[in-house]
Amino acid sequence: MARITAGVTTSHIPAIGATIDLGKTKEPYWAPLFEGYEFSKKWMAENKPDVVFLVYNDHATAFSLEIVPTFAIGCAAEFQPADEGWGPRPVPVVKGQPDLAWHVAQSVIQDDFDLTIVNKMDVDHGLTVPLSLMFGEPGEWPCTVIPFPVNVVLYPPPSGNRCYQLGKAIRKAVSSFDEDLNVQIWGTGGMSHQLQGPRAGLINKAFDQDFFERLIAEPAELAKKPHVDYVREAGSEGIELVMWLIMRGAMDDDVDEVYRFYHVPASNTAVGHLILENRS
Amino acid sequence: MALEKPYRDIPGTTVFDSDMSRIGYHLNQFCMTLMKAENRDRFHADERAYLDEWEMTEEQKQAVLDRDYNAMISLGGNIYFLAKIFASDGLSFQYAAATMTGMSQEEYAQMMLDGGRSPEGNRYIGEKKNG
Repeated sequence: MARITAGVTTSHIPAIGATIDLGKTKEPYWAPLFEGYEFSKKWMAENKPDVVFLVYNDHATAFSLEIVPTFAIGCAAEFQPADEGWGPRPVPVVKGQPDLAWHVAQSVIQDDFDLTIVNKMDVDHGLTVPLSLMFGEPGEWPCTVIPFPVNVVLYPPPSGNRCYQLGKAIRKAVSSFDEDLNVQIWGTGGMSHQLQGPRAGLINKAFDQDFFERLIAEPAELAKKPHVDYVREAGSEGIELVMWLIMRGAMDDDVDEVYRFYHVPASNTAVGHLILENRS
Repeated sequence: MALEKPYRDIPGTTVFDSDMSRIGYHLNQFCMTLMKAENRDRFHADERAYLDEWEMTEEQKQAVLDRDYNAMISLGGNIYFLAKIFASDGLSFQYAAATMTGMSQEEYAQMMLDGGRSPEGNRYIGEKKNG
């Protein structure tokens, strides 16, 4: 049977992708950030998944204002890196896992989570930057990926609790898939940041540290945090953190923290990264 | 019953909600066209002519020509859509964010290096600003 073995969270700032693509990761501004992911790349090499179920948000790339799905699942065989206005990132094509994606879609829809099925979609920095941070710069990605975009751009985004409960439904779906697959679930975005208006540049370290602790120890309580608290405390784009709760819902109640990294700033953003393993 | 907007008392922040997305629809959809290289070339060759192809208000067009991101946001633009404009100009999110704060690029970059803008005094409209 397929099983979820580990959960990863990481920020997905576009400037990180540009820095990697331009070969500037050793520059003094960026070096501390990339050093923070050295452990993760080693851990990943030793714990290589067959499939990454990658929760992220599309940044007005695949979805314009014509159609805005709250939760969508990529069921295609492959996904092209998107041109977000400066040409596509020079990273490998993302290979999907259609059989598992369709299985999850059917299972969670029948569990009352109404996903949008996507059969053609370009993937933006929200998906490719986490892959680069965790896998480096391989000629092709070492595993398949199921892209799972969540709307956090157009208000209202899904609630923290909805995300947490959806994670539980995804876990149930994966564990009922017949093939023996090692699946990781990644929740990306965050941590505190605001990219717009006179309050741009907001960073809230205390909020971020509390979020780390409660995500691990009391996620069901954390999931009750209302949207306005994220915006007020963690910045208008800090709401991306609800996607980490999908990851957490898909993990065991008790998890082991393998690694944690926090760094300010990357461009406008507080970078947060966790690796969690199921205890059982 | 009017839609509830509990986020309206947050200073310096526009939540991209139904009202904003309705007034900003054509502005944001114009931005999406800049994801194609040939459209970027056409836009940069004659910005005014390109903007006139879209059902945008004159105010929205002028805000784009002025690269006034606060104005674009007040007219329904969302930062992830507007990112296509500054990306096509070869500029970063940090550049665009700094222009919205009234700080110079250097001041803004230094604020971020120093740990970012503190939430203290920046949670509610009317609080004393800090940083």
